[in-house]
Amino acid sequence: MTEPQPAVSMEDITITFPGVKALDAVSFRMFPGEVHSLMGENGAGKSTLIKALTGVYRIDSGVITLGGEQVSFSGTADAQEAGISTVYQEVNLLTNLTVAENIMLGREPRRFGAIDWRATRKRAVELLERLHLDIDPNSRLGSHSLAVQQLIAIARATDFNARVLILDEPTSSLDADEVQELFRIIRELKADGVAILFVSHFLDQVYEISDRLTVLRNGALVGEYLTDEILRIELVQKMIGKELTVLDALERKTKAQTVDEDELVPYIRALGLSRKGSIEPIDLEVYEGEVVGLAGLLGSGRTELARILSGVDRADAGTLTVAGSSARFRTPRQAIHERVVYSSENRRSEGILDELTVRDNIALALQADRGWFRPIPKKRQNELAESYIQALNIRPANPDALLKHLSGGNQQKVLLARWLAIAPRLLILDEPTRGIDVGAKAEIQKLVSNLAENGMSVVYISAELEEVLRLSHRIAVMRDRRMVADIDNDDLITDDLLAIIADGAETEVVA
Amino acid sequence: MRRLMAHRLFWPVAMLAVLLLINLIAFPGFFSVQIRDGHLFGSLIDILRNGSPTLMIAIGMTLVIATRGIDLSVGAICAISGAVACSIILGSSDPGNPGTVAVAVIAAIAISLVLGVWNGFLVSVLGIQPIIATLILMTAGRGVAMLITEGQILTVNSPPFKVLGSGFFAGLPVSVLIAAALFLFAVVLTRRTALGLMIEAVGINPEASRLAGVRSRGLLISVYVFTAFCAAIAGLVLTSNQTAADANNTGLFIELDAILAVVIGGTSLAGGRYSLFGTLIGALVIQTLVTTVYTVGIPPIATMVFKAAVVTAVCLLQSPRTTELIDSWHRRAQLRRTLEASA
Repeated sequence: MTEPQPAVSMEDITITFPGVKALDAVSFRMFPGEVHSLMGENGAGKSTLIKALTGVYRIDSGVITLGGEQVSFSGTADAQEAGISTVYQEVNLLTNLTVAENIMLGREPRRFGAIDWRATRKRAVELLERLHLDIDPNSRLGSHSLAVQQLIAIARATDFNARVLILDEPTSSLDADEVQELFRIIRELKADGVAILFVSHFLDQVYEISDRLTVLRNGALVGEYLTDEILRIELVQKMIGKELTVLDALERKTKAQTVDEDELVPYIRALGLSRKGSIEPIDLEVYEGEVVGLAGLLGSGRTELARILSGVDRADAGTLTVAGSSARFRTPRQAIHERVVYSSENRRSEGILDELTVRDNIALALQADRGWFRPIPKKRQNELAESYIQALNIRPANPDALLKHLSGGNQQKVLLARWLAIAPRLLILDEPTRGIDVGAKAEIQKLVSNLAENGMSVVYISAELEEVLRLSHRIAVMRDRRMVADIDNDDLITDDLLAIIADGAETEVVA
Repeated sequence: MRRLMAHRLFWPVAMLAVLLLINLIAFPGFFSVQIRDGHLFGSLIDILRNGSPTLMIAIGMTLVIATRGIDLSVGAICAISGAVACSIILGSSDPGNPGTVAVAVIAAIAISLVLGVWNGFLVSVLGIQPIIATLILMTAGRGVAMLITEGQILTVNSPPFKVLGSGFFAGLPVSVLIAAALFLFAVVLTRRTALGLMIEAVGINPEASRLAGVRSRGLLISVYVFTAFCAAIAGLVLTSNQTAADANNTGLFIELDAILAVVIGGTSLAGGRYSLFGTLIGALVIQTLVTTVYTVGIPPIATMVFKAAVVTAVCLLQSPRTTELIDSWHRRAQLRRTLEASA
């Protein structure tokens, strides 16, 4: 049987950024009238692939064909012209214009050189009707919910006689009903023969809507599968892969217990902690000297939970008890004062101050906690910086170096030093080893393990399950914004964890 | 030499030196400072005295700019401060009484502080972009000053008040001493405490700073209040020097000179690291420039164009692209030398 001609096919696409191969000979194809999910963890190359397809990035080698013809786009406008439309995660429309103006923006019908508003509105109404959307074309876009704005963005995208529609995380800010409405429209477009590329971190949705999957990992193609023919656990395994053990020397931890568990008081205890649109009610306890690993896919709620525990985001409901007394962190500042600190996964946007020196970066949190009027003496600052430079092996070993001149791994160590300098009782590390070299990774893992031995409580978040398994005494698994398991890490193996991440508590291994 | 050129204050200082040199050539007695009636007199002293209001405002502006902000309302605050002081002095039965002047000065400063709180509130609590938030007071402020002066130019004849702008103390103009005190105060306040670090942190990355526990809201308000304080003092000095409060013209365009001084001094408008010393140099460059126009004999109508040309030159020299160009030029020259030596 001969296969139909693909709507899009990308063959052996390679894209190199300075020092990194973002895509390594990746092939990808989509057929008309199918929903195709692009799967992979952070840094897998999903968005690079999309940007290669839409002409944002230039490809170093490889061939892109659209409907059998070889194409090369110079930008998104070019790609749209050819029938490839993209709707991004963040709706990039103009909220102060009307729905009709937004749909037709940039390609309004003209009469005598001026915009024909009547025709513009008529065309917009047609497009909305085609998708069975009952939206007033004259209403302001900003007056609609994000979900409706997303649908309008899709209506806009489909007017480019789209043959290929790319939906990048379209459901991340939608609730269940809104997702169903979106899916209805996706199905209609599919019936019209549009090829739809769907990117989402929600496995349930991927399984519900897509016909076919392509999995990427670390810039390389893992494989293409029919959704019906791949089990969730297989899929997750393919997405995450199995990393070679970097740190064989570091022994697997067993629960550090000297006293009867009943007598232990958790250092931090969350009961029913939740935030609308972020996480469902969650219970979590972390004891002194314990490392709790938070596992789950990206978007599962692991970062959201960490941000709420540390006051970065406020909880809507639930209670938090820190060291036996109730706490309500409204700002990170309050949490830091109680020695609960959060090291963000976004090193660049939420961590480093690139124009400041290593010394200033290390001293910042401690200084902020002391208040500006009580400066840390220069001498003490230098001692602080030098001791951490030595302890964490920060290179270059110069407290006066500007942070922007350090490598990612060393920047991460400086951030760790910033948090350690305030002597935290609970240290929440969100992807502390992402994007850094193997050596620095091992050093950071070792450090975490030592800190816990000395009584610090640690919450450790990582997409790398091997790492979580190696470091944690206990593992809490998040899935679709809920905590689906909270289990002791006695003799868990990666496969057990994969099963829970993929299927949730139903198949939970015996704790 | 290259390390010297790479220093962030190299070009501003060089520019100042060149300007002073031009003056010296055009007018050989330029550097001479004489003592008359126990006061210092000379072109250099004039530069310091005439430049002091701009410097005062530029000090506050440096801190605002370091937080990624900007304050366009300082000129209007100057006008309001002067108007308040003059109307109180005029309204009193005894304009020459130092007590009256003290009350007037305190009232002018107090009202300006309130205006600073207003700016800070708009920027940090309501989250309005600084350029828009302060534009409100920039335009409305002169109207407020007009209401205070009832549309008149208030001429005051009060010897104690006149001291602020034209008096001398220990041989030096009082306004220069005030600017110097304000400068030292700002340096000590931000560099001897951790305030400077906090300001730079918020300017470089507000979210990272928040996560590190920096209280950015209070910090932003304080910075705008401090700038309003600087503007109030500058307004008093200007009004005192002219012995009149003019709602339309006191401190007109001074915000632009102050911003220029900050930029020439090497503090980036993108926020982050700042240099108060650089701002001092910047303010001196601007004032020397104005003086140069007169000594060299450039027609006054061309003053603005001349000023723009010099400022453009400094900005070009400081731009990252220029630095890169000079660097690559050096590297190529070095390479050529190495090649020649080996050949």
